[in-house]
Amino acid sequence: MAVISTSDFKNGVKVLLDKEPAVIIENEFVKPGKGQAFNRVRLRFLKTGRVLDRTFKSGETLETADVADMDMQYLYNDGVEWHFMQPESFEQYIADVNAVGDAKKWLKEQDVCIVTLYNGSPITVTPPNSVVLKIVETDPGVRGDTSGGGGKPATLETGAVVRVPLFIQIGEVIKVDTRTGEYISRVKE
Amino acid sequence: MSRSEPGVGWQPACGHEALFARAAALKQIRSFFDERGVTEVETPLLCQTAGTDPFLQAFTTTFRKPGQPQGTMLYLQTSPEFAMKRLLASGTGSIYQVCKAFRNEESGRHHNPEFTLLEWYRIGFGIDELIDEIEALLDALFYGKRDLAPAKRIPYRQLFKELAGTDPIHANLRELNECALRHNLGEASDICGDDRNLWLDLLFSHIIQPQLDWGRAYFVVDYPACLPSLARKKTGDETVVERVEVFLDGLELGNGYHELADAAEQESRFDADLRIRQKAGLPLPPKDQRLLDALTHGLPDCSGVALGLDRLLMLMTGSDNIAGVLAFPVARS
Repeated sequence: MAVISTSDFKNGVKVLLDKEPAVIIENEFVKPGKGQAFNRVRLRFLKTGRVLDRTFKSGETLETADVADMDMQYLYNDGVEWHFMQPESFEQYIADVNAVGDAKKWLKEQDVCIVTLYNGSPITVTPPNSVVLKIVETDPGVRGDTSGGGGKPATLETGAVVRVPLFIQIGEVIKVDTRTGEYISRVKE
Repeated sequence: MSRSEPGVGWQPACGHEALFARAAALKQIRSFFDERGVTEVETPLLCQTAGTDPFLQAFTTTFRKPGQPQGTMLYLQTSPEFAMKRLLASGTGSIYQVCKAFRNEESGRHHNPEFTLLEWYRIGFGIDELIDEIEALLDALFYGKRDLAPAKRIPYRQLFKELAGTDPIHANLRELNECALRHNLGEASDICGDDRNLWLDLLFSHIIQPQLDWGRAYFVVDYPACLPSLARKKTGDETVVERVEVFLDGLELGNGYHELADAAEQESRFDADLRIRQKAGLPLPPKDQRLLDALTHGLPDCSGVALGLDRLLMLMTGSDNIAGVLAFPVARS
């Protein structure tokens, strides 16, 4: 297993901390003029998203984590797990509910997501920044209202619920920002 | 260094306004000391000895006299302190210097391995008078650029108690660890073990510095006797030394001392440093015998301080990275 020293710490480097894969999101060299040097590091655990501050003595080492982000097509959900395929190799990967997390409410078959593999298995799934989904349920809108003010909840084909303008109807297709969960626009099919 | 930025890496890393701010500050510093009758001096950057401080790593190079292929090792100075004290012992009176210092294994947002120090010594000054003068200099440099809150002078022990809730002088290691745990520093005991000075450095830099008021200079005085550096022991209180550290925006700006003048005490601090170096497998620079001889001859009673000029410029110009005030930081040198 490869190790890296504090001198090679930088943002984006993936390491094993307390046996869990984590990514370095901040790294600061701290040294009192007349004292010993430290690295104050902020890391995010890849599985849970939890952020942690940890200090290391300069020169300490950590194991690097075998982590890779890959574009994969979402195939289907078998009721328990989510199936993805790497489009070049056709190799299939299975993600469990922990790995899919909140992404599951945006996953539409054929869409391309980023699947993060740790030791070859999916640990997180990141949906595309925006997705195009059909509305399956929403209250009838007020005729003639195109202002978009106020809005109403609408359920999408994947089960996600977003606020949409009043004029949006069942059966329409909309574009949603998956990072904020907000409606972006109506899409004409 | 990498050549991955063709067409860009030749340019200065900082804006021209930072270069002009440096030029103006140098002019101000020189007139400040000129008005006070302090003489500007120059001492060597290339030296036969280096400081013994276990946490300052010197760059070394080889000096070859003409026709002498094997050469001798020389050090790039980590601080002009010893040479300036030799001048003081020779009778120059109060002196100051603006010079480069070099420290290996230091690089980051607040560190460049080559940096500029402003160091000065005042004959007959105690720590309080020295702090008055540092404050006057900061006022002059920041005037019209940035309003600073009134500076605060506070003993190390009191500041530690107020902001970390523990007594740095009397707490045992278990109590220091409890303090670390209260502040979410569970890793501290693995890092520090039974090294008390390391405990104090870690707790001070991680708990206290981040809590210091933004925009206010702090003069932290009366350092614990276990962190003496080159300060003399305080008369009447053997637990502390006459040392001041200057902080602004939580950033360490410099260190000052009522200077140790006792040659025997100086030599025993060299020896203590060298023991730590030997234990840690670090290089063992020779003790500076010329400094010891100068102290034996007699160092006038004086106080002195070194301020990091690049950091001072960061704080004056609002840069959060030392590269923002350097024309060519090491990555572009």
